[in-house]
Parts: sequence; C-alpha cells; structure tokens
Amino acid sequence: MASVLDVPETPEDQGREPSPYDESEMHQSFHLLIQEQSQGAAEEGLELQPQAPGAGAAGASAGNQQALLGPEGATAHSMATLRILASMPSRTIGRSRGAIISQYYSRTVRLRRRASRPQLRGLGRSARPSLRLYDLELDSTALAEEEKRVLLVKELQGLPVAQRDHVLRGMPLSLAEKRCLREEMRSPSRRPRGRPGLLGCCSRLRYACALASHDLGLGLLSGLQALVPWHYALKRIGGQFGSSVLSYFLFLKTLLAFNALLLLPLLAFLVGVQTAFPPAPQGPVPTFTGLELLTGGGRFTDTVMYYGYYSNATLNQPCADPPDGGQCTPEAASLPYNMPLAYLFTIGAAFFITCFTLVYSMSHSFGESYRVGSALGAHAITVFCSWDHKVTQKRASRLQCDNIRTQLKELLAEWQLRRGHRSACGRLRRAAVLALVWLLCLGITLGCTVAVYTFSEHMIESPVPADREGALLALPLVVCLLNLGAPYLYRGLAALERHDSPVLEVYVAVCRLISERRLGWGKPEFDIARNVLELIYGQTLTWLGVLFSPLLPAVQIIKLLLLFYVKKASLLANCQAPRRPWLASHMRTVFISLLCFPCFLGAAIFLCYAVWQVKPSSLCGPFRSLDSMYEAGKVWVRRLERAGPQVSWLPWVHRYLVENTFPVYLLSALLLAVIYLNIQVVKGQRKVIRLLKEQISNEGEDKIFLINKLHSVYERKERSGAGRTQEGAAPPARPADHRAA
Amino acid sequence: MGGSGSRLSKELLAEYQDLTFLTKQEILLGPTGSPACARAHRRFCELLPLERRSMEESLQARVSLEQIFSLPELKANPFRERICRVFSTSPARDSLSFEDFLDLLSVFSDTATPDIKSHYAFRIFDFDDDGTLNREDLSQLVNCLTGEGEDTRLSASEMKQLIDNILEESDIDRDGTINLSEFQHVISRSPDFANSFKIVL
Repeated sequence: MASVLDVPETPEDQGREPSPYDESEMHQSFHLLIQEQSQGAAEEGLELQPQAPGAGAAGASAGNQQALLGPEGATAHSMATLRILASMPSRTIGRSRGAIISQYYSRTVRLRRRASRPQLRGLGRSARPSLRLYDLELDSTALAEEEKRVLLVKELQGLPVAQRDHVLRGMPLSLAEKRCLREEMRSPSRRPRGRPGLLGCCSRLRYACALASHDLGLGLLSGLQALVPWHYALKRIGGQFGSSVLSYFLFLKTLLAFNALLLLPLLAFLVGVQTAFPPAPQGPVPTFTGLELLTGGGRFTDTVMYYGYYSNATLNQPCADPPDGGQCTPEAASLPYNMPLAYLFTIGAAFFITCFTLVYSMSHSFGESYRVGSALGAHAITVFCSWDHKVTQKRASRLQCDNIRTQLKELLAEWQLRRGHRSACGRLRRAAVLALVWLLCLGITLGCTVAVYTFSEHMIESPVPADREGALLALPLVVCLLNLGAPYLYRGLAALERHDSPVLEVYVAVCRLISERRLGWGKPEFDIARNVLELIYGQTLTWLGVLFSPLLPAVQIIKLLLLFYVKKASLLANCQAPRRPWLASHMRTVFISLLCFPCFLGAAIFLCYAVWQVKPSSLCGPFRSLDSMYEAGKVWVRRLERAGPQVSWLPWVHRYLVENTFPVYLLSALLLAVIYLNIQVVKGQRKVIRLLKEQISNEGEDKIFLINKLHSVYERKERSGAGRTQEGAAPPARPADHRAA
Repeated sequence: MGGSGSRLSKELLAEYQDLTFLTKQEILLGPTGSPACARAHRRFCELLPLERRSMEESLQARVSLEQIFSLPELKANPFRERICRVFSTSPARDSLSFEDFLDLLSVFSDTATPDIKSHYAFRIFDFDDDGTLNREDLSQLVNCLTGEGEDTRLSASEMKQLIDNILEESDIDRDGTINLSEFQHVISRSPDFANSFKIVL
C-alpha cells in the first residue's frame, strides 16, 4: 500500500499576505533549480510498505543515488511545485513578512524562557516522521500570518519594557508594521502574562540595570567623542577617502589619549610639586633665543623639562635631612614630600597604567577583528562586505570600483597560482629571494645603527662650546636623513621580492588601463603604512625619553595636534585614496599591536635597565647620591622597617615578592598555561564548525532528494490528469512506476 | 530634543526614536544640534515641492526614486536603486514615504545591529527578490561593484570562476544558491561589514 503525498495546491499562508513581493509569478531561479536537479528524479517514487523498517530503509537508500547537478532537458514544471519551493522557510525568511514574524516569535520565546533551544514539547509535528508510523500528513498546523502575529504580540508583552523595545527595534520590518505591533501590545484587553515572581523580578532588574549601564556607557562615549573638535573633519575625510585613510587619523587620536594619560600623573606628582618648590638657581639664566625650540638647550636647560632640575631631597622639610637622622627643630608642619621616591614611583606607575591600557586595548580590538576560520572565504567576503557606503563623491566611488576590481582579480590570480602545482625549483627560488631580501634589510638596519652610534660617540668626545649650540643639531640631522632614505631602499627590496608573482602583472596592467583612461593621474597616494610607522616611531621616542624628561609627553601632544592639521590639509589638497585598501578593523589591531610589542616593550625594557643597573649622574637630578635609581626605593623600605612593626607587611612584601624571583616564574607559568588553554579552545571550535558544516551539507542532500521526489509526484499527477482528459471515460492508467520523470 | 527648525511633534519624534536606531545619535553631533529624525525630516522636505511641505502633508507624501537618487549621500552609490526598492512600501515599489526614508537611515545608522544590517544587505543584493542569491544575482552584484562601463567589467571566464569560488565558500548546503542564513554566516566572519554598511546624513 502506497502512501501518497497530499500537498495542497495553494499553501494557505501565501493567499492573504499583501506582500510587496509578487510570489505568484514563476521565478527564474526555481526554473533553473528544477532543471539542474530534476535529472536525479529518474528513479521511481518511494513506496512505503507497512513492514519492518528494514524495507523502508532499503527503499530510502535506493533513492539516495540521485544526481545533484546536471541540467536535464526542459520539462514542464508545475506551478504548484514552484509555489511550494517558494514557500520553503530558507527562502521566505529572506523575503516575506510572515516568515520574519514567525522567526522573531521563536526568538522572543527563547529570550523569554531563557532557554537555548525551543522546547520540544511545543512542537506538534515532526519534520522527520518515523517510517514506522508512515505518518506523512503535511503540516496542517501551519499558522496563518495573523495567528503568528498574535502569538508574537503575546510573547512580547511578557518581556520587560526595555527588552521589548530592544527586540522591536531590531526587527527587520517597516516602521508602519512595527507601529502596529506596538499598538497591539498596548491594547488594554491583553494583560501581561508573566507572573512576576521573585526570579522574574530579579532577572528583569538585572536586565534593566545592564541595559541602563549600556546606554549610559554609549551615551558617555558618544558624548566624549563629540567633545573632540575633529568630529566633522573625520567624517569628511571618511567620506572622501574611505575607512582605511580614516584609520590613520583615528590612530592619531588614540595616541593623543595615551599621551594625555601618561602626562597626568607626571604633571600632578612631579612637575607641579617641583615648580612649587624651585631649587636655588645655579648661575645666570641665559636669554631666550629661537634655537632652544630645536636644540632644547639654552633657556630650557635648567627647567622642569629635564631630569637634572629635580631635587634629591625631601621637599618642604623644615631642615636639611641627613639620611642617618639628625636633630631637627620642629616647625609648623606641612606634608614632607620625598622627591626621589616620588620620581621613581610616578614614572613606574605611569608606565604601568600605559601598559595596562595598551594591552586591554589590543586584546579588545583583536577580539573584535579575529574570527575563527576567517581566513577562508576571501572571495565571498570581498564581494559582500567591501563596498563602503560612506563614500559620497563620484570620483571616490569610481576609485572604489577600481580598487575592488583589482582586488578581485588579484584574488583570482592567487587562487589560480595556489591551485597550480609549484615545482620544487620555483619554491626554492622564492625562498632564496626572500632570504636575500631579509639579509639585505637587516644589513641596512645594522649599518644605520652603527653609523649613528659612531657619530654620537664622536659628538660626545668633542664637546660643543656654549656659543655654538647649533652644532648640537648635527646628530639629529643625520638621524633624520637616514630615516628619510632608508624606507625607499626597503621599498625597492620589497618590489624585488614580489617580482615573480602574477599578481604584480595584474597590477601593472590595471594601473596602465586606469592611467590611460584618466587624464589627471598625477596625485600621489596617501601612504598609510609610512605615516603610521612615523607616528609609532615618535611615540617610542617619547616613551624612551620620559624617564629623563618628564614633560616630553606634553611636547608630543603639541606635535600630534599640529600634525593632525598639517596632514589633513595635505591630504585634502594633494592626495588620493590608496589603491589597495586595507581592512579597517584589522588595521587598528595591527597598529595597536605594533605599538605594544616592539615599541612599548622596548621602552619598558630600557626603563627597567636604566632604573636597576645604570649609575645615575652624581652632579644633578633626584638620584645624585645613590648607586642606582632603584636604591631610593630600597632606602625607603629600610626606613620603614626601622619605623616599627605597624608597617611590617610592606618590607615583607618587598623582600619576598619583589626581590624574589620565584613569583615571576610562577606568573610566567600561569600565563603560558592560559595561552595554551586558549589555543585548545580555538582548536575545538574549529572542529565543531567543521562537523556542523558536514551536517548542513547532508541536510542539503536530503532537501534535494525531497525536491526531486516532489517534482516526480507532480509530474505523475499531471500526466495522469492529462491522460484522463484525453481518454475520456477510460479508467485512468496507473502511471508506470518505473517511468523516468 | 533640539527642535531648531524641526516641525515634527514631540510625540511623533519620541515614537520614531523608540522604533528606529536613530535614537542613539547624540544631540551634540551634527552641525545644527537637532536629533537625527528631525534632520532627516528636513532633508526629506527639501525634496518635496513647496506646497507640500507642511507637516501633515510631508508625512503622507511620497517621493519618486529619481528624487531620492539626487541626494548627495546616494548619488554615487551603485546600489541606490536596489536600496530604495527594498525600503519602498508602495505597491509598485517606485516611491518612498518619509517613514520608508527613516527606515533606510535607521538600518544604515551607526548603532543598528549587524543582524539587521545583514538582513537588509541580503535583500538589497537579491536582485530578483526570490529569497536567495543565485548565479544571476551574484553576477549582477559583481558588475555593480566593478563599475559601469564595458571595459571595467570582469571577463566572462573570470566571472564564472569568481562565482564558483563564492558558492564554494558560502553555499554550505550545496543547493547552488545562498540563502539568508548562509549569507549571515559569511558576514559574521567579516568584522568590517558593520563599519562599511553605513550612510551618514
């Protein structure tokens, strides 16, 4: 006994829907789909016998050998089949209002019940009916759109108000429909269903607090951003040049914030205090000539700008303070301020805060830009995600088209290259070229370093007389010249590296085409990489120098402010957007990582070395009488030990945690363990993703199989119907089971 | 709420700010200091003929697509026609009302969720409105991206290869088309999408 699929001709949920999309016309896509896949419907339909499941399984497996692709000759496709295919959930969700409402209904249910899956109790039917029951009635409980809507409204009313608005705002419906939903939710005939209860109350309170703090945070952040006076300028730059150039200016803003953060404790604890208690002047103050702004000497020599100005005594002490304690007549007391200790601790604390902020910022932006498995799918991502809708000028839009086209061609070329087998000889050649280029680059760097070192030694050995301060500028000039010239050398070497790739040929061809098409091609590109590296270089210098010049962050802030306006003017007047746009979120991660790892780390290592090992100057500065800067801290701890048992924990901490090496080893081991665990977690996630993809692919095969079957059933019905009309009163011939569809 | 020159009533403004993502735009932003809905209303009214610029009429009026294309934010966008058709609620889908315009700005705003952005991106890219992206949709999409003009398009073999690669990467259930879930899965792997799917008025 065969069970026949009883499929209604016009599914209910399509009739009443005043959808703007005309679903009743024959869609070209389904035509093709059926063409491609109807070749596989060459076998007979699935016949179910009321037997043991073994036979059913055998029948099913026989039907599994379908061809998935391969266009067949044009057959008449029934409108009914196409209409059913049009109402498949995977197709309607992208298109029709009813499907959206039902999807958001199920999402809201999940939200309200705080369950990760909808409960199985609620499902009245199963998509995979058991063969034993041969229960093949189709979904007779398919809800009309109106009923789904009512259910959605009921669910929404059960949510707290803030969450309800949040869900409503996130629904992809038009404003009029959202307003209708809102009206229905407000209607007094419907009481909110959820019983408050203690648990519900707590979770609602929690959610309300979270939402309120989120809103507050967003409001503060956007308020802060609005306070910066460059908001409009940045919007203009983004609109004209795209997100990649904008990321340079955003990075500049970030550096400003870092420098301000660094400057605040220095101003408060060092510069301010020392200015309030100036030491005795050590001679006549030289007059101000303009040269000080370049050399930093002259008028600026004996000021708060430099380390040498700071006193090595405790300020505001009524009498001179000999370290081994002496007799002092007590006077009107104000707080004594130990300047060497303050200097050490303030610099340390400022660096610690900067380190913490940098690492947090780097991990945050890494978290936003890294996705498991994101290396795959470059073609799809380029096509779907690369158009920047912020660009508003015609010329910039055309440039964007050119960029995307170049990118697509490059992707295709690289894909071809990777597919083709590369001979061992070719690979060896490439490796050799890479090694050579690296060696040359290292050689150039080393050469520059040695040159600067010998020149600076020479400058130190031949001291400059006071009236020829201009000669002090010789060393900075040499360094600047080297900094200007070396990048061009590096770029030449980089071109050598890429010489044998087909990508370059594509590039050259496209550039030639564009330049032939357009007349004004003389504008240089805004070189993002070079400018960013210059910013990072400047910031590294600031961090290196702040130990000996506490006002250096202020100088850096002034320089960054000027740089913003200069670069902006130069960009708008002279430059065009770069030809190879980078991904903006990756760029931010790269910039911050570069800032953190080579630069800040290097500066921190230098600082540690200077504090622990280098003997400070004995003529000036806050550490004149000590063997190393760190000794100021040790002296203080010893004084505390002598002070009494009330503060005994601090020396204990100092002896066993700071001076001991064991805690450092422990922390490093913990860090390594955490990193290893994270790597394993990512590996596990990749595996899960692969398994899920296989499962979806299997489901896809099921779907194609069912489509084929559906089509063959309709074919049979139509043919038997046609046969009936042709033969008049003759009984309808049973369609041959083995006939090809 | 700013209100300098905005003629929308407070209740209506509040309702718009509740139902769209335009609420989060700070009052301090923008040169005139009025909230985004009011700015949008002003720009919309500029497209209407003088006699229909009263508040009641402007809420009922519909603007043809050609007039919307004249907005500087959309003039250079190759997807402007698809964008306007997706957000239009008229039966022939050839005109936008003020609320359609607000919907458009809301989805393209700073604070819209990536979920809703990807949903509408899918509808914009679905040139034949059948709920999936098939080969024709993808090829029309690539042609929009690479620019108008015969010499700027990819060759036929390159196009075929590109579409094959795209389907290979994103069509998980192997039915030859990309449906909404697959599209959203691809989009979720690109953190830049939300940043680039923005129009600022």
